[in-house]
Amino acid sequence: MYPAPFRYHRPENLEQAVALLAKYGTDAKIMAGGQSLIPMLKLRIGDMAELIDIGRLPDLSHIEQRGNTLHIGALATHGQIGACELAATIPALAEAAGGIADRQVRSMGTIGGGLCVADPSGDWPTILRLLDATVTILGGSGTRSLSVADLLLDAYTTALNGDEIVTEIQLPLPEANTTSAYVAFKRAASAFPTCSAGIQLTMENDRCQRARLVLGCAGNTVIVSKEAEAQLEGQSIDEHTLFSAAETIVSVSEPPPDARGSEAFKRAMLKTMVVEAGRRALARSRGEQIKGGHRYA
Amino acid sequence: MPDKIVIDVNVNGLDYQREIEPRLLLVEFIREELGLTGTHIGCDTSYCGACSVVLNGKLVKSCTCLAVQADGAKVETVEGLETDGELHPLQSAFSEHHGLQCGYCTPGMLMASKTLLDENPNPSEEEIRKGIGGNLCRCTGYVNIIKAVDAASQALAVNVGGES
Repeated sequence: MYPAPFRYHRPENLEQAVALLAKYGTDAKIMAGGQSLIPMLKLRIGDMAELIDIGRLPDLSHIEQRGNTLHIGALATHGQIGACELAATIPALAEAAGGIADRQVRSMGTIGGGLCVADPSGDWPTILRLLDATVTILGGSGTRSLSVADLLLDAYTTALNGDEIVTEIQLPLPEANTTSAYVAFKRAASAFPTCSAGIQLTMENDRCQRARLVLGCAGNTVIVSKEAEAQLEGQSIDEHTLFSAAETIVSVSEPPPDARGSEAFKRAMLKTMVVEAGRRALARSRGEQIKGGHRYA
Repeated sequence: MPDKIVIDVNVNGLDYQREIEPRLLLVEFIREELGLTGTHIGCDTSYCGACSVVLNGKLVKSCTCLAVQADGAKVETVEGLETDGELHPLQSAFSEHHGLQCGYCTPGMLMASKTLLDENPNPSEEEIRKGIGGNLCRCTGYVNIIKAVDAASQALAVNVGGES
């Protein structure tokens, strides 16, 4: 299976990459690690005439703390983030990154690519929405900043203009007493998740001060519910409150029936995922060391 | 037809230069251009891992890399495991423990196991299972593959101990 023919460009810096995008417009596509793009090209989905390979650009693979923010270069790989001690200060981040697809894909696939593909089943949109991430974008008219919430418009659709590239992802480091967990179920290591859920809880004296709850694979883009979060906030969280919040957020989701399962199956799974993520975050808030992330048969 | 480009790749210690189409996949480059057919194409959809090779020290699926992504890189394939006709301890262990039946997935399994043991010389059973998670086998049920990787890790530890 070969991709359709294309011309190959390997810019030496971001400015050249942006200039190539501006020149070729919709005829061009950016490739970082290629782990989403190459399978699509092989299936002849979204063929393009010009391929711009930014995978070797220097200085885009950093993972650094500056003040209260974690800065991750767009070309940092899933594997690199999953193994990074600094990234592990946000438990949901490390466990999501370390469980994406398999080791082979984690060697090549990047956080920037995984986010910008905006696949409804992808892990990065879900986890970065959970953690209130922001991206830095470089384009022909300069640099701008955008929240991941505003970046993700729809399935496979972002707010990026034709000549723009995401260069860095910024994550606010969690405040005191804040823990998180990310849970995903997939049929095999290599597969996209069937369902996923993430939770971040700020606890004080066993009461939840602030809650963040997201679902992946449950609609065209990441599902959030202020109502579900409000059900957790101010409460002493137990299985019952977790299940109520799960019911609420799953009720506003639209999981598509497909080869991975029926809508009813996915709704049931999503509820389980929320409760499981909540259990893990609570255990972490009590100081327990819990390994988590993706589960597969 | 778009312009061809020239790439330089070191495969199993030998330097190769070829003029290729940019759409050529790394696995096709290895098999068709270099004639190294030990690397297998199993699914061609990024699921099975039969085509796994080591690219600059990292395990990748060569059906999901373009050959141009390996320009200037070092690639290791299953043909590079043996030394002067001596099987690599992983190859010996797969043979001794029946870690294969039809053998189709084996080149990928070996490369995945090699990078696993490079990173973690003494993996637990769970770590072996996770380490070969991206490689599918439809014959063995994995039990003997796991035994083989475990045996190889012990053999390698003895070898290292013997040399020091």
